[in-house]
Amino acid sequence: MLQWRLKAYRHWQTLTPPRWAHLNYPDIDYQSIIYYSAPKSKKDGPKDLSEVDPKLLETYKKLGIPLHEQGRLAGVAVDAVFDSVSVATTFKEKLSEAGVIFCPFSEAVQKHPELIEKYLGTVVPYRDNFFAALNSAVFSDGSFVYIPKGVRCPMELSTYFRINAANTGQFERTLIIAEENSHVSYLEGCTAPMRDENQLHAAVVELIALDHAEIKYSTVQNWYPGDEEGRGGIFNFVTKRGACRGQRSKISWTQIETGSAITWKYPSVILQGDNSVGEFYSVALTNHRQQADTGTKMIHIGKNTRSTIISKGISAGFGQNTYRGLVRILPTATDARNYTQCDSLLLSQTCGAHTFPYIEAKNSSAHIEHEASTSKIGEDQLFYCRQRGISAEDAVSMIVNGFCKKVFNELPMEFAVEAQKLLEVSLEGSIG
Amino acid sequence: MLVIDNLHASIEDEKQKTKLILRGINLHVKPGEVHAIMGPNGSGKSTLANILAGRPEYQINLGSVQFDRQDLLSMEPEERAAAGVFLAFQYPVEIPGVNNTYFLKAAVNSIRKQRNLPPLDAIDFLALVKAKIKEVGMDEKFLNRAVNEGFSGGEKKRNEILQMLMLEPRLAILDETDSGLDIDALQAVAKGVNSLRDPKRSIIVVTHYQRLLDYIVPDVVHVMVKGQIIKSGNKELALELEAKGYGWLESLQA
Repeated sequence: MLQWRLKAYRHWQTLTPPRWAHLNYPDIDYQSIIYYSAPKSKKDGPKDLSEVDPKLLETYKKLGIPLHEQGRLAGVAVDAVFDSVSVATTFKEKLSEAGVIFCPFSEAVQKHPELIEKYLGTVVPYRDNFFAALNSAVFSDGSFVYIPKGVRCPMELSTYFRINAANTGQFERTLIIAEENSHVSYLEGCTAPMRDENQLHAAVVELIALDHAEIKYSTVQNWYPGDEEGRGGIFNFVTKRGACRGQRSKISWTQIETGSAITWKYPSVILQGDNSVGEFYSVALTNHRQQADTGTKMIHIGKNTRSTIISKGISAGFGQNTYRGLVRILPTATDARNYTQCDSLLLSQTCGAHTFPYIEAKNSSAHIEHEASTSKIGEDQLFYCRQRGISAEDAVSMIVNGFCKKVFNELPMEFAVEAQKLLEVSLEGSIG
Repeated sequence: MLVIDNLHASIEDEKQKTKLILRGINLHVKPGEVHAIMGPNGSGKSTLANILAGRPEYQINLGSVQFDRQDLLSMEPEERAAAGVFLAFQYPVEIPGVNNTYFLKAAVNSIRKQRNLPPLDAIDFLALVKAKIKEVGMDEKFLNRAVNEGFSGGEKKRNEILQMLMLEPRLAILDETDSGLDIDALQAVAKGVNSLRDPKRSIIVVTHYQRLLDYIVPDVVHVMVKGQIIKSGNKELALELEAKGYGWLESLQA
């Protein structure tokens, strides 16, 4: 482990930060970041939830992420990563009955070293990119999930990340392994309190699906976006990738990105196994001075592999929203199919929407469809709603939610409701 | 109920030139009356309908509009809706991804809220909407589709009438609701409108053709040309217009 980290660190030192994204931000001083931060009470550690910062619980509640009783009712297991240390993992027993391992990464390194060794860095190697190398060198915790052969995980797994201390970077690492014929649905939620300075979040998520396995990974990201003038906010530079290693395996990414000053992430799927399926459903919203450069990569290697990309970008205020996607069909991927739909909605005169779709087909049997649209929220639609008695604010949120419907439909029920609310909150005061 | 006094209004065109559309409209609609406004293309009929509903892009240059002794022109569109003004749109707008039932319920309860009434619960609402959708001859499946998305012209107009029946306005304005309708849809629309006729309720029907007025019989018919009402009469006037066209009236322009 240490050797691997050191290699990653040395490699990182040789790299320069990428500049190709459609983003504007000052250089980050990587020396001034605190790479490990633990909650103050760490010495005795929060023994149970009553010792957790009430503000954290309040945010959980607001986001509808249920812990203790609420959790029991909704059947959700939560692993909370508070700064960099995992503070509470619920439902461990019920999960272990099913043979599912769901624990903080640090614990997995101790208890399941063989799995970590076998899979860590096999989807996102430390050499992959600048931020992945940085993460590999310095990550301190994260989540680990292992679903054994033939097991359907009995509940939604949920992790909750929060950056609390000033000047802290968060570098968590998530590794999910789904063995043959298994199934898991995983949700992560993210928030951070207000800070004037920028904070860095550079996570790596690796998913591995073997034969007939299915992984559904949903994200509701609401990191602090900075204020209206663009001061402060999280720099969210995340590498997420899944490998459909087995036949007929399936990996599905759903993301609702409403927070962060800058979002840079491309949850991708490598479709290695024959007949495997990759999906990417995304809503990205940028308001005020937020910038997002997000999308996906679908790499088709196996035969009859299929991928679907539905991306909905919403820009308001001075927000800049970029979709960047790659569909690559390799020579081995006979009869591969891709469908991409990429829509942008503009809510102000000063925001921007950009689309950079890349398509590389090296097998002539491939079917690739791409649809894209950009529209301004219609004065006609607004007036129509208002004439029916619906206020302008409600009308905007209704129209925006309608625009995102296809993506919300992919979220687990209780989080779909939350995602709608989040959009409403993020858009407050954005019309006029 | 509705008193329009010397209303002048204009719009900015693409070249940012101001174009005067209404040049002194005077109109008085009493409770229980049905008024028809007819006239050639470009006479300002639809503009008048949209200004009454509060469409923002028009400028009021002169004159006033009183609705129930309130200054209608100073109210936001949603306040006018709550006060009971309803516009059946000439071109109903599609709202992708927004369920028709959800939209109707949001509209009904938003108006109830502005009137300090408790919201209708899901069960009462559904019973009401199912009764009303029968009246306009629409299939219930339209309730689960997105608002107007992929509806045919006739279905969109029926949907407008469904909304009108749900919102029970005090002043209903129909902006060329008859255009592009086959005879079945026309009759369904007329039936819906007639079911709302009531001594406390007023209706303004904007139309090109006499045809709709066979089914919705007006108390008063106005002819609008170049932004002014140049002649008013009873329902016979509509028949006369149908026979003679508008040309003979244009000499009456002030």
